[in-house]
Amino acid sequence: MQQFADLITRMDATNSTNEKVQALTDYFAVAPESDKVWTIALLSHRRPRRSLRTNELRTWAAQEAGVPDWLFEESYHIVGDLSEAISLIVPGNKQGNSGTLTEHIELVKALKGLSEEERRARVTGKWRELDRTGRFIFNKLITGGFRIGVSQKLMVRALSRHTGVPEDQLAHQLMGDWDPATIPFHDLVHVEESAAAASRPYPFCLAHALDMPPADLGDPADWMAEHKWDGIRGQLIVRGGELYLWTRGEELVTDKYPELHVLRDALPDGTVLDGELLPWRDDHPLPFQVLQTRIGRTSVSARALKEAPVVFVAYDLLEQDGADQRERPMQERRKALEAIVEQAKQNRLRLSPEVRFATWEDLAEERERSREMHSEGIMLKRRESVYRVGRKRGDWWKWKVDPLSIDGVLLYAQRGHGRRADLFTDFTFAVWKGEELVPFAKAYSGLTDEEMRKVDAYVKQHTKEKFGPVRSVTPMHVFEIGFEGIGRSPRHKSGVALRFPRILRWRTDKDIRDANTLEDLQELLHAHGQGAR
Amino acid sequence: MDMPLITFTDRGMHCAAADVYIDPWRPVQRAIITHAHSDHARPGMGSYLCHEHSAPLLRHRLGSGIAVEGIPYGERRVINGVTFSLHPAGHVIGSAQVRVEHRGEVWVASGDYKVENDGLTPPFEAVRCNTFITECTFGVPVYIWQPQAVIFEEINAWWRANASEGICTVLSAYSLGKAQRIMANVDTSIGPILTHGAVEGCNAAIREAGIELPETIPLTRETDPALIKGALVIAPGSAVDTPWANKLRPYSSGIASGWMQVRGWRRRSAVDRGFALSDHADWPGLNAAVRASGAERVITTHGYTDLFSRWLNEQGIASHTEKTAFKGEEVLAATDEESTA
Repeated sequence: MQQFADLITRMDATNSTNEKVQALTDYFAVAPESDKVWTIALLSHRRPRRSLRTNELRTWAAQEAGVPDWLFEESYHIVGDLSEAISLIVPGNKQGNSGTLTEHIELVKALKGLSEEERRARVTGKWRELDRTGRFIFNKLITGGFRIGVSQKLMVRALSRHTGVPEDQLAHQLMGDWDPATIPFHDLVHVEESAAAASRPYPFCLAHALDMPPADLGDPADWMAEHKWDGIRGQLIVRGGELYLWTRGEELVTDKYPELHVLRDALPDGTVLDGELLPWRDDHPLPFQVLQTRIGRTSVSARALKEAPVVFVAYDLLEQDGADQRERPMQERRKALEAIVEQAKQNRLRLSPEVRFATWEDLAEERERSREMHSEGIMLKRRESVYRVGRKRGDWWKWKVDPLSIDGVLLYAQRGHGRRADLFTDFTFAVWKGEELVPFAKAYSGLTDEEMRKVDAYVKQHTKEKFGPVRSVTPMHVFEIGFEGIGRSPRHKSGVALRFPRILRWRTDKDIRDANTLEDLQELLHAHGQGAR
Repeated sequence: MDMPLITFTDRGMHCAAADVYIDPWRPVQRAIITHAHSDHARPGMGSYLCHEHSAPLLRHRLGSGIAVEGIPYGERRVINGVTFSLHPAGHVIGSAQVRVEHRGEVWVASGDYKVENDGLTPPFEAVRCNTFITECTFGVPVYIWQPQAVIFEEINAWWRANASEGICTVLSAYSLGKAQRIMANVDTSIGPILTHGAVEGCNAAIREAGIELPETIPLTRETDPALIKGALVIAPGSAVDTPWANKLRPYSSGIASGWMQVRGWRRRSAVDRGFALSDHADWPGLNAAVRASGAERVITTHGYTDLFSRWLNEQGIASHTEKTAFKGEEVLAATDEESTA
């Protein structure tokens, strides 16, 4: 655990990518085998299942610290991270941590099934035994969500340096279904024909946001365009007579979408498709909200299957007859994909239609229709390109449609998390309904650090009331709020729900009287509302 | 009911019986100053009374023409029948709590303080009183400082590692107080200590007060680049990552501030290292100071005032908040330097 704690400290202590990779490489050189496997697992979002409720942790921490619950809650909001708040508030000034990372993970896993008293004794015992960094890590193991500012890509780079296995091969090797509790390190990184191989997906090729005029991409004839679907990116695998469905977050979701199981027999063995899971009715996709009702569920009701049936909209072919196709040019893969979809003759499997365009102006026009099509914009793929591992510039671009926007008045604020800790940066915005301000969106991202500090100071000086962690402020400031989509929602006071709301600009030039109205919002709902067609 | 011994006015804390203000934020005739930071010692007062080590600092920051008198800790001054005395606050050199006694009632205005002995400033001394006026910059229980030996061990290790790679170490800290605390506690065998002008100005005023500091070399345009490589440069936060620092490249940057206790603060500070080192009391320190004062009433002035007051009330100590213009500890903003530059 001390080695892992040192790793976390070292990564925290630098903003340089190189140094982070070096820290990880050094760690791999000295850490025990099983700790290495767990580190890879944690940094690729495979964590032990949550074994207790965070409420218990809060209560125990407050009691250990000898403070009332309200003060613990306030402290937590100030720190902006539960694991960290506990690590700081629990007394104890030990230095150093004994035991391995694996032992601590085993302890966390074993909490499940114990009585509350037992759980408490083990957790608080560990708090007393570990130092602050150790406590922080231990709490993160319990609560999950290990974000330490290092991407999976950097982890793979370090592992590649450590093992000598090329990065792309490692990235593939680490995909899919493996159990960090049982797999030996050697097998994980070296043995391609492991038990997990049958279900193993390929690393997804990811697009960069287009940050230049499309004309800079050159000849339109070199590019293929399609709509950027607003669903769940997935990989559909048929191997050894079985079907596997993976999401981009490397979650195996085969069981969640039984309507796709017919594809097992409809597709030739040894086929892997890249595409999008989309709710579909008649001949068009349904809004993402519809799919949302399916995401969290493990079992699917007949009603859900009827209301939000899902199709797989395929846009790439990664494996055919058991052979990796990724090195073939995109247009060849596309031809083969078209043939496969054609042959399958299944309405659960569709081809993502190609958007034909002769000039960039044509494409710009088609992009303007994206919202109508329930798409987020246009995807551009170079016809000659291979299917790459991860996000690499040059061959795949996403050209998203400009967001919708509304000017709202800042009405409530709450302290932020992570690097916004102890700053009032989580906001609720409102529009006018006659003389009343009605909340319509929550947003936090989009401000510069300088602006965040200013708004924080304003909130502190102009707090009207406090409701737990939330403060209401004297309405004074207008912000332009951007969002990708708008839908009807009876659950919200404004009657609308926004998709991906964020702050586009602080409109210091505007008075609160100049902010938009609920009618303006309703007009947008009418014009662009999901399901409006 | 009698008027309270000290009231909070729009000019500052006022002792009406003596017509004296403590750390006023608008011009008054007669001011007693707890310490020389710019939110406590402001220009424009008719006269200043402070600790003898604060006097040169006040002259340095507010101008040599000010009417300032310095007195030692414990010396009693009777003004209009009210007895005033200064007692160590442990915050920065010359910092003092102001004890005010009138007709058997005692109030203490503690200014800013910390309870840990930093090895340079005379340590905080508990003063018994009826009413204790306290800051609570770090008045929530997640702020529990590590002993300074641990933090200086970390700073030394960082400096040593940088020096061995031939790069400069730039640590930003308040020019008055934190900067001197750092130079007095780091391992000077690692390399030379170079200072920004704002820091060196305070150094001079402190040396003038007769206090010894380790050798420092003012950083100028002419400073030998070879000297810079393994050096520790101490500068106010406002100077780091500005053109001023270009000459120091390549360097590793750090901040010494209590806020660095929290990861989110460290992450958004955009420096390489954050060291949780503060000249303000931590949670246990604030509580210890309140208890040691024996006060039946505590007035909180700046920081997490409402939380700390609520906590004290629940502990059976009557407490409320008064609005002041004090700022506590600021990261990077470093108004201290800007307002006196």
